[in-house]
Amino acid sequence: MQKIINDPSCVVDEMLQGYVKAHKDLVSTTENERVLKYKACPVEGKVGIVTGGGSGHKPAFIGYIGKNMCDAVAIGELFSSPPAQMFYDAIHEADAGKGVAILYGNYAGDNMNVAMAMEMAEEDGIKVAKVVANDDVPSSPKETREKRRGVAGEILMWKVGGAKAAMGGSLEEVIATAQKAIDNTRSMGVGLSPCTIPEVGHPNFTIEPGYMEVGIGHHGEPGIEVAKLETAEQIAKRMCDVVLPDLPFCAGDEVVVLVSGLGSTPLLEQYIFYDEVEKILTEKGIKIHQALVGNYFTSLEMAGITLTVMKLDDELKECFDLECNSMGLTQYPK
Amino acid sequence: MDKFTQEAGSLIVDRLILAIQENKQYLSDIDGAIGDGDHGINMNKGFTLCREALDKQPGDFTYGLKTLGKILMMKIGGSMGPLYGKFFLSIGKALDGVPEIGKEEFGAALNAALDAIHAISPAQVGDKTLMDVLIPAQEAYNGAAGASFAEALDAMDAAALKGRDSTVDMVAKLGRSSRLGERSRGVMDAGSASCYLILHTMADTIKELLGA
Repeated sequence: MQKIINDPSCVVDEMLQGYVKAHKDLVSTTENERVLKYKACPVEGKVGIVTGGGSGHKPAFIGYIGKNMCDAVAIGELFSSPPAQMFYDAIHEADAGKGVAILYGNYAGDNMNVAMAMEMAEEDGIKVAKVVANDDVPSSPKETREKRRGVAGEILMWKVGGAKAAMGGSLEEVIATAQKAIDNTRSMGVGLSPCTIPEVGHPNFTIEPGYMEVGIGHHGEPGIEVAKLETAEQIAKRMCDVVLPDLPFCAGDEVVVLVSGLGSTPLLEQYIFYDEVEKILTEKGIKIHQALVGNYFTSLEMAGITLTVMKLDDELKECFDLECNSMGLTQYPK
Repeated sequence: MDKFTQEAGSLIVDRLILAIQENKQYLSDIDGAIGDGDHGINMNKGFTLCREALDKQPGDFTYGLKTLGKILMMKIGGSMGPLYGKFFLSIGKALDGVPEIGKEEFGAALNAALDAIHAISPAQVGDKTLMDVLIPAQEAYNGAAGASFAEALDAMDAAALKGRDSTVDMVAKLGRSSRLGERSRGVMDAGSASCYLILHTMADTIKELLGA
């Protein structure tokens, strides 16, 4: 195991200690050591934005804590949902009296733990509502879209939901806009090498050299097929062929494109890939409003890439363009 | 004797903790085939936290169960925290204040636990989850009419084992391994393995307490 760690069973806690020290201008600790919050949170008069999930996806989830983004985040073990208590404590931290929107990804554990946390928060008189991201196209057919898992599209949901809250939206409005964001978003990943949970000590699956797993999930969930490794041009085409028809994205649409490395794929390769995606979208008459390329939502040291596309309307565009500041995503005023 | 006392029942919780601790690696290895490989690690963490809590503040059977349930639910995430958390918490609540626990009381507690899990999980028999163990085990226990407490526990134990082994040939429909589709076939579900371990340990220890 080639890892720069101390005790394999303490990686999440030790990472958090470093994170808080490095980003003390943005985040602060809370009574629950597995809940971090935006320094200015709770922000008066604003709906609170809470998310959470397993660790191992840096910058997700804590990297999206910040101004006009997420207010409080529940931090689970590696690839494992945080327990209900953490979501519950995060809800309390984020609540400024206007309600709290919990925006998270579709995984069995997160669904159960969020449901219990919401029940407990409601008993305390806090208004809560949720949006469950399900942007990963290969994880289930279109007819059963509700079964799809949430992947990098969650970042766009937080961006838009966080902006709507910052603009003074009510809980209902924040939820409706965040839901629209994810409904307009489609994603897909390919994996080139596996990753290792330190405490487990060995890779969680195998990909033979020269092959790639098409449609991989960001915990290494196997995808739709194992194929021979292709060029960036071919991979981009293959992914666009799955992602674009699913919404569908059509000529004249205006979109945000998010390309994320899965951990160990260099930015150099990510930009080569983005160039190919840009060519395909341009040829199809789809206008790219803004592109994000980088390690936005990773899977430990997995090699591979994800493609996420969100179709904009006026409201989503306004929300996306609103300035924000977080470790993972900064939007400058336009 | 066909009943055990709350005081004597604390041994059941002790044995449950021991069973999970001793099988940490086994559960992780099963999980590693189609999951993250962390099932044993997470279960061990929760049950060991419970051991520490009970060492500090010991108590009777339902106190132990409720402590275990609360720790799993509040401290251990994933799917297993809430599922097993509800399971033990519900049994503990159902038996709270019952001085002596017999076949009927235990059956009612088992039913309450299943109801609680159904409320948070859509899993049914055939989905390749711990419900493939829990549901048939409950049915076997309830179906053992006219049987003694020990015989009903034997029926539960046997159905649980059969349920666990039935998951080998199933295709996962829920949870993370469901994304594997056909590729999940041929491997035992890790949740069903731990669930069998728990029910088997409960049955064995209760029978020991009954002197059966």
